[in-house]
Amino acid sequence: MEPAAAKLIGAGIACIGMGGAGVGVGVIFGNYLAAAVRNPSAAQGQFGNLIFGFAVTEALGIFSLLIALLLLFVPL
Amino acid sequence: MKIDPIHQFNIEPLFTIGHIGNQTIAVTNSSLYMFLSVALISILMIGGVAGRQLVPGRFQSMAEISYEFVASTIRSTAGAEGMKFFPLIFSLFMFICVSNLVGIIPYTFTISSHIIVTAALALLVFFTVLIYGIYRNGLKFFRIFVPSGVPIYILPLVMFIEILSFLLRPVSHSVRLFANMLAGHIALKVFAGFVAMLGVSLGAIGWIGGVMPLALTVALTALELLVAFLQAYVFAILTCIYLNDAIHPGH
Repeated sequence: MEPAAAKLIGAGIACIGMGGAGVGVGVIFGNYLAAAVRNPSAAQGQFGNLIFGFAVTEALGIFSLLIALLLLFVPL
Repeated sequence: MKIDPIHQFNIEPLFTIGHIGNQTIAVTNSSLYMFLSVALISILMIGGVAGRQLVPGRFQSMAEISYEFVASTIRSTAGAEGMKFFPLIFSLFMFICVSNLVGIIPYTFTISSHIIVTAALALLVFFTVLIYGIYRNGLKFFRIFVPSGVPIYILPLVMFIEILSFLLRPVSHSVRLFANMLAGHIALKVFAGFVAMLGVSLGAIGWIGGVMPLALTVALTALELLVAFLQAYVFAILTCIYLNDAIHPGH
């Protein structure tokens, strides 16, 4: 296989990891919303935790995006 | 037409100071923006507290809000004793936040998009936690590797995982910030490049169609603004959580 083709395929495969981060971010916001609807008065206090969980989860998706971008744009 | 979204991260020496061995010591665009960020923070904080009125003006409110924001974060995650580390965490937060925000302005350089910068900051936090933890608690500090209430036959495995995750902290701490900034800026440049690609390849129709990627670029810039602040906040809050381990070891 040509190295250029292998790089492109690798970048595509690396992006699969972002799906997991998408599920994770959805779970976090979904659960926050469900909890906020049940007890709106407690929702404001948990906003910091929400943002923290979002950032930690989203970072994992960014890691795989980073691998894909490095494969695409950084010359070997 | 070829997009080159990596070009923005090039480090170029502005003027050379001297040499150590084969290494050139130079003021680069990276260090120039570090000076700029520190100058901006100094202007904000010194200018903010210079007037000291009972009813704060705009400048003073900004300084007070940033102080209170970081202070309440530390109090809620590391307890009152964590306020000892307020100067460290406040400097980290302000430096990362301001340099990220400066980096969003087009044609500027983003300091935190280089792993060496974020790794230096993360290692600073790591060694602060390690040294202060041992200094304050002595050998009891190593209780953070031995969670209480774990059955004895599974303890070696748990300890192994705890030690590994402790050692991997600086890696995830630095890569999170670096990767977020890098990926965000590359995504911005790629979408901005679509406008030029459409225009060059399709002519007039392309330039009109280019409105869509342009709008997306604007939206992405707004998202980047959020991410820039959020990553500084996450870096600060993770520092607080790690320091909490040093102050109160043993779960």
